[in-house]
Amino acid sequence: MKRLVHINDRGGHRDSQNHCSNKISNTKYNIFNFIPKNLWEQFSRFMNKYFLLIATLQLWPLITPVSPVSTWGPLLAIFAVSATKEAWDDYGRYCSDKEFNEKLVWVVKNGVKTRIQAQEIEVGDLVWLLENDEIPCDMVLLGTAEPLGLCYIETAAMDGETDLKTRVIPGPCHGLTSAQLLNIKGMIECPEPDKDILRFDARVRLFPPFPGDELSPLGVKNTLLQCCYLRNTEWACGVAVYTGNETKIGMSKGIAEPKLTAADAMLDKLTTALFICQIVVVMILGLAGNVWNNYEKDKTWYLRFPKKSEWYDFIVIPLRFELLCSIMIPISVKVSLDLAKSVYSKYIDWDIQMYDAVTDTPAKAANTAISEDLGQIEYILTDKTGTLTENMMIFKRCCINGVYYGNFNGDALTDQHLMHSVTEKVSAVVKFVMVMTINNTVVPNMSRENGRLTYKAQSQDEEALVQAAAQLGMVLFSKKGSVVEVNFLGHTMEFEILQVLEFTSDRKRMSVVVRDHSTGGLYLLTKGADETVFRRVRAGEPVQQVADAIDQYSQLGLRTLCFAWRDLDEQEYVAWTAKFNEASAALTDRELKIAEVSELLEKDLELLGASAIEDKLQDGVPETIASLRKAGINFWLLTGDKQTTAIQVARACNFIMAEPEGQLLKIEGSTPSDVADSIEGVLQTFCINNSENKNIAFVIDGLSLEIALKYHKEAFAKLALLIRTALCCRVTPSQKAELVGLVKSCDYRTLAIGDGGNDVKMIQEAHVGVGISGREGLQASRAADYSFGKFKFLKRLILVHGRYSYNRSAFLAQYSIYKSLVICFVQILFSFISGVSGTSLFNSFSLMAYNVAYTSIPVMVTSLLDKDLSERTVMQHPEILYFAQAGRLINPSTFAGWFLRSIFHAIVIFVVTIRVYAHEKCELVEMSMVALSGCIWIQAFLVLIETNSFTVYQHLAVSGNVVIFYILNLILSFGKHSGMYRIMFRVCADPCYWFSLLLMVVAGVGPLSAIKFYRATYRPNAINTLQLMERQHPMPVSVEAIGSSSSSFKSASRSSSSHGSVFEPLLAETSNPKTPPDRYISKDKTRPVTSAVLLSSPNSRTLP
Amino acid sequence: MNGASSSEDGPTNLMKESKKPKYTKFTQQELPACKPLLTPGWVMATFMVVGIIFIPIGAVTLLASNSVVEVVHRYDMECLPSTLATKADRVSYIQNSAVDHSCNVTLTIPKRMKPPVYVYYELTNFYQNHRRYVKSRNDQQLRGDEVSSLDSCKPLDKVGNQTIVPCGLIAWSLFNDTYSFTTASGGILVEKTGIAWKSDVQSKFGSDVKPLFFPNNDRNGSLGVIGGAALDPNKPLRDAEDLIVWMRTAALPNFRKLWGRINQQLEANQTVTVGISNVYNTYTFKGSKKLVLSTTSWLGGKNSFLGIAYLTVGLICMFLALVFFLIHLKNPRPLGDTSYLSWNRKNASNNSRG
Repeated sequence: MKRLVHINDRGGHRDSQNHCSNKISNTKYNIFNFIPKNLWEQFSRFMNKYFLLIATLQLWPLITPVSPVSTWGPLLAIFAVSATKEAWDDYGRYCSDKEFNEKLVWVVKNGVKTRIQAQEIEVGDLVWLLENDEIPCDMVLLGTAEPLGLCYIETAAMDGETDLKTRVIPGPCHGLTSAQLLNIKGMIECPEPDKDILRFDARVRLFPPFPGDELSPLGVKNTLLQCCYLRNTEWACGVAVYTGNETKIGMSKGIAEPKLTAADAMLDKLTTALFICQIVVVMILGLAGNVWNNYEKDKTWYLRFPKKSEWYDFIVIPLRFELLCSIMIPISVKVSLDLAKSVYSKYIDWDIQMYDAVTDTPAKAANTAISEDLGQIEYILTDKTGTLTENMMIFKRCCINGVYYGNFNGDALTDQHLMHSVTEKVSAVVKFVMVMTINNTVVPNMSRENGRLTYKAQSQDEEALVQAAAQLGMVLFSKKGSVVEVNFLGHTMEFEILQVLEFTSDRKRMSVVVRDHSTGGLYLLTKGADETVFRRVRAGEPVQQVADAIDQYSQLGLRTLCFAWRDLDEQEYVAWTAKFNEASAALTDRELKIAEVSELLEKDLELLGASAIEDKLQDGVPETIASLRKAGINFWLLTGDKQTTAIQVARACNFIMAEPEGQLLKIEGSTPSDVADSIEGVLQTFCINNSENKNIAFVIDGLSLEIALKYHKEAFAKLALLIRTALCCRVTPSQKAELVGLVKSCDYRTLAIGDGGNDVKMIQEAHVGVGISGREGLQASRAADYSFGKFKFLKRLILVHGRYSYNRSAFLAQYSIYKSLVICFVQILFSFISGVSGTSLFNSFSLMAYNVAYTSIPVMVTSLLDKDLSERTVMQHPEILYFAQAGRLINPSTFAGWFLRSIFHAIVIFVVTIRVYAHEKCELVEMSMVALSGCIWIQAFLVLIETNSFTVYQHLAVSGNVVIFYILNLILSFGKHSGMYRIMFRVCADPCYWFSLLLMVVAGVGPLSAIKFYRATYRPNAINTLQLMERQHPMPVSVEAIGSSSSSFKSASRSSSSHGSVFEPLLAETSNPKTPPDRYISKDKTRPVTSAVLLSSPNSRTLP
Repeated sequence: MNGASSSEDGPTNLMKESKKPKYTKFTQQELPACKPLLTPGWVMATFMVVGIIFIPIGAVTLLASNSVVEVVHRYDMECLPSTLATKADRVSYIQNSAVDHSCNVTLTIPKRMKPPVYVYYELTNFYQNHRRYVKSRNDQQLRGDEVSSLDSCKPLDKVGNQTIVPCGLIAWSLFNDTYSFTTASGGILVEKTGIAWKSDVQSKFGSDVKPLFFPNNDRNGSLGVIGGAALDPNKPLRDAEDLIVWMRTAALPNFRKLWGRINQQLEANQTVTVGISNVYNTYTFKGSKKLVLSTTSWLGGKNSFLGIAYLTVGLICMFLALVFFLIHLKNPRPLGDTSYLSWNRKNASNNSRG
């Protein structure tokens, strides 16, 4: 199908076509469908379906043990809350849509520019844009203010790339004045809307009197896509081809899948197990109930069972028990978890220690639901530039013609020799500076207000070069089409750029052909990676000299570029131009052909020298990486940089270590078999060296990576998991995302951190995405779950916030289930002495209030404030993160612990109650209050023994909660019409009641604390040990503290290994293999291939 | 600086205010907290103290329970004619109102019983807590309020079109054995008022609600099947204290309910003859009926559970304290030694290996 667009023809041929309006809509709901659609969505969740089923069953009076209100109340409240949240979010989307839709744009109507709202744009309208306007729909560019028909757009919102891209008007439109454009007529033939932002295969034909009465091709180069911004161009106009939600970006929109944390997934699993357990219990009790009925039916005359049984009788008792046991899976778990997690994310927002004063950025948690995942991170995939480094490129050194500049003072720009050489106009130096100034894609921008010159560049390196050249006296101040104006020491020079041989990742160099207008000279200016430039220099050039310089620079971690020059011969150039144009017009393999032709010109170069640009490491990076490493997190560095630079930076920030502590293995190759061999070789080396305690890393470049991912994915995945430090150089954004996916697919929790648009994909792909709000704009931090100003905050984010969140939500989730289980098991036990008939021991109000009012506050407050270890201790002993990482605090076995506790407590409560309240005291309502009080006291005391640090608020919550229980029930005991009338007074006046409670608490909590104490003292895990250590040395000065604060990981590792030998285990029994010192549950993840090797790998801390 | 970010940053830079988060102890998670730790000293002391508190409590409660004098006598089988061998015979005997059901039982008082002496009947295997039973009442009706629905009373809500008052299974199955006590020196007066909870009498049962169409009142059974006791149609429910006691349903299948109070001292070895009218049917469901005479202590009736439980728990606590003490002596452990950290051990073993 083709779409025909009649240009600038409102009311003409337009009616027959039914294109959607330019009204964009990202909203999920409207006023009418909100309630049904939202309900539908909420009910697509399993938990909600379950609760609805329970609530519906309760409407059947025959089976309901309690009033339906006890379920309907909380259920409706939860629905209302999440519906309100959805409505609020959707309203936000509606407002931003509205803002976009009602933005005023200039549109040509009958040859006159009129201002209309963006949503009124129709397909075929001629839209007039001014500089910095947001493009309101997908358009084909027809005219611009620039004489050559160029304009610049910024596509950051679309693909995350922040450089300015050029767009050109199609051939037939060249030379049209703006007056002509107002009346342009024509037709565009374009495909139906799709979401491919890199393809636009269309054709245009202008109607007479306009030239080009033939179909001429259009490509992406000719389009202005919605959401991009027009930059550095006074005006541009184009014809709307796709509007509203049919634009490229509109078609590719999708609502991001909510991320599910590992703890959430585990909780879901446990809930399912609980559900199955519930079904089993219900079946058994139902069966028992039916059997009881059959036996006792005729005997228990006082129950008057009906003679005739109904067909549904056999199901009534199981359903009753289902309702009775429905509290097993409490609605409150999800609600309190959501609430707690949103506070955890607020803690991140509030954290002063994660505030970056330089850029005035506080940390921001955009995703409030995944903070506990931070504590379970196993792999961090990090970008380099701007993430580990400051991304402030500064031209530091250069070597021109064998002379080193900047070596003495570390800054070439203040090197008097260089300044002198420039002012002296030493030929090589001037050429060098000229290449710096002209051979780039930097766009100078003279501000109209204050005349300040700013540069916009695709790469920070180019900007640094141009800036440096300007400081050296050669100022690039204007670029109009192909004419470049440069001010060199006060003289204005004009160059015309005749050809640009663009940078590609294969060519690794960029050249321009320029003509000097003053002299008429024709030059080729080249800059690029050393290896590609060296191959094209003419014989006799001092290649070795420059190579040495480059070697020296990259040893310092500087980014290097080679500069070369060639004087061109007119004739050669003319002949070459023909070939080049032919290649440019090629329909197949255009890029390859251009590269081939380019090589014809880029030869016999005169080697000028090399430049070195510094990208400073952010402060705290090596320490951060070292501590997170100690915490058992593996690092992968994914960078677009070249290998040597990447390796240097990796060394500088402790990422990899030089021999002999570390070893760097290279994977390279340009064919599948080469890469396969290389991977095999690295694997073998790794296995040989594995026994030695070495830090082994591997390095791979983009090309080999592509092959590896394509042909040897399995082998590569295996390798990637064995060797836990990797350096991937020259990788593309999508490769970054693919690598994240690879690690994810091996069931590891991943965190991706980056700062630029090229990291967006990887950030979105990872379990947790972190953005550095850096110099490359805000795309990364906008796409990320968490964002902050400096890489070093990652340590605090993971070790403090992530770990606490994990610990706390693990406690909250399991405790919430525990307390519901206690009351549920009491009910079940009671059913055995009530003829398995499904009588509820507790009344409706108690059941409803139990989870909401009686028990929720202490655990909630505790899970907000509790800290098992102080932040300081955690930062000093990052290894402790292992508990969270391995999921030691919420897993089937901890859950089983809570389950058993709840059974134990239910039995204690039940036995004490029925034995103390026997004989003449066994009144049902009284007894239910005694049992309920028992549940509340025991759970309050359990919170106390599970709490590690008490603040005043926890005391208030625990005691306040018990007070609330008594106040509520005493109030109820005043109501003459309530079933509770006077009950609580009677109960409380009886000393037996208080003796029972004391007995329950001691019998219920005592054994648990004894076991806890025994374990903590004689089978301590790391947390216990550190807790005791904290207590004994409130302000510890440990060896680790010195180690981690020292800047070099080498010394840190040395000091830790030296104190390791000092602190030999004192007791022989701890090394007895039969009694594992830490009763850790090994991680229940299946890694058949790797686990055996992982166990013996030096980094692994999995205990035998 | 690219265009997008500068336009983003523009407005924020204009704001003078820094975005630095405010410092409060709460937001920085720095609230002062105490961190109690289970150190051996504390744990031993706590267990010891708990033991020291529990053992006297156990002793006191056990004493209280032992001070109670209790006479329990099961009479349901004793009061049957010995000819009734099968369950069916017993049931038909108990349901036959034409037969004389009276029977005499002799109790010997083991110790002096000071007044008030409470008279209880005890039923076993009687499920007053069964779901069908518990709900089978209507509190509005009992109170004399407007009745909204009698559904809960089914199947004993109505006879024909007439509403039963009091409706439901509980009232219908009211216990109706009666006792009369005599000693050698004459009859003993049993007080039958003030046996129900005051709050129930005052606010749960109406003073103008009288039994109506109550099935048990019609001994011919024309109103339906006879269940338990009949109710005086002229006596308001508020005064029917037996009913009020009965309608406080028991939570356990074995329960005692107060039947009356003797305000007279019973001496040790005194024999009391009880004339029982044995009419309540417990024979169909293998229940038993007992007559209980009991004094009370400050903890209520005879119940040694609390005392024994307290003593046991107290002893266990002291024992644990001792065990922990011995472990600590034998196996002193330097607390908080970082050498116990698994990773440090790992390092150590690596070093020793290398």
